Amino acid sequence: MAKRLSIVVYSGTVDKLMPVAIMTAGAVAMDMEVNLFVTFYGIHAFRKDQVQKNMRFSKDFEEMAPMMMKTMGEMHVPSWYDMLKDAKKSGKVRIVACSTTAGLMRVKKEDMIDIVDEIVGVGNYLDVASDSDITLFI
Amino acid sequence: MALLETVKSDKVVDARGTSCPGPLLELKKGITTVAVGGVLELLSSDEGTKADAPSWCKKVGHEFLGVVHEPGYDRIFIRRTK
Repeated sequence: MAKRLSIVVYSGTVDKLMPVAIMTAGAVAMDMEVNLFVTFYGIHAFRKDQVQKNMRFSKDFEEMAPMMMKTMGEMHVPSWYDMLKDAKKSGKVRIVACSTTAGLMRVKKEDMIDIVDEIVGVGNYLDVASDSDITLFI
Repeated sequence: MALLETVKSDKVVDARGTSCPGPLLELKKGITTVAVGGVLELLSSDEGTKADAPSWCKKVGHEFLGVVHEPGYDRIFIRRTK
């Protein structure tokens, strides 16, 4: 059985979505399966109308945002969204959204980007995470 | 490493200019383009790749042959074993 990485994607800022995408893409390259459980501010970032315009950065390091955004552009680093989309194409990546937070934010599955597979509850996350080799909360 | 100089690569994949995990993704794609027993040479300017490549080989199941450092990039040699 393939090794599995599970990540709770709680954050909605670019500086935290980048490591989610990089680790997901890396795990796919290592022939691992990936399960992303998107919740809270992650739900907001995964909205169709937010993906392109979201330039939010963690408050603690906000002054670094313009420099990092510029460098990422110069280095042709793909966006977190494109990285996840590609990882999904070339490997086993399942992206699910938390039903409670989706409800809190009045977000339906059709409001979210097309890489989201389904809306699930915490039971599904716990089931998949308990069968994972690595679990992270970002 | 001296031995590596005599290894003949069957395919060279140039991942220079991409950052992690770009070179790893190129490895995953590239290894299927050489025959089993063949050698893939990956060029990477990402400093992390020389550590990532042996780990990748261990996990995915190919043979890591070694690294040759060049100014500004590394040449990474991997033999496809399955």
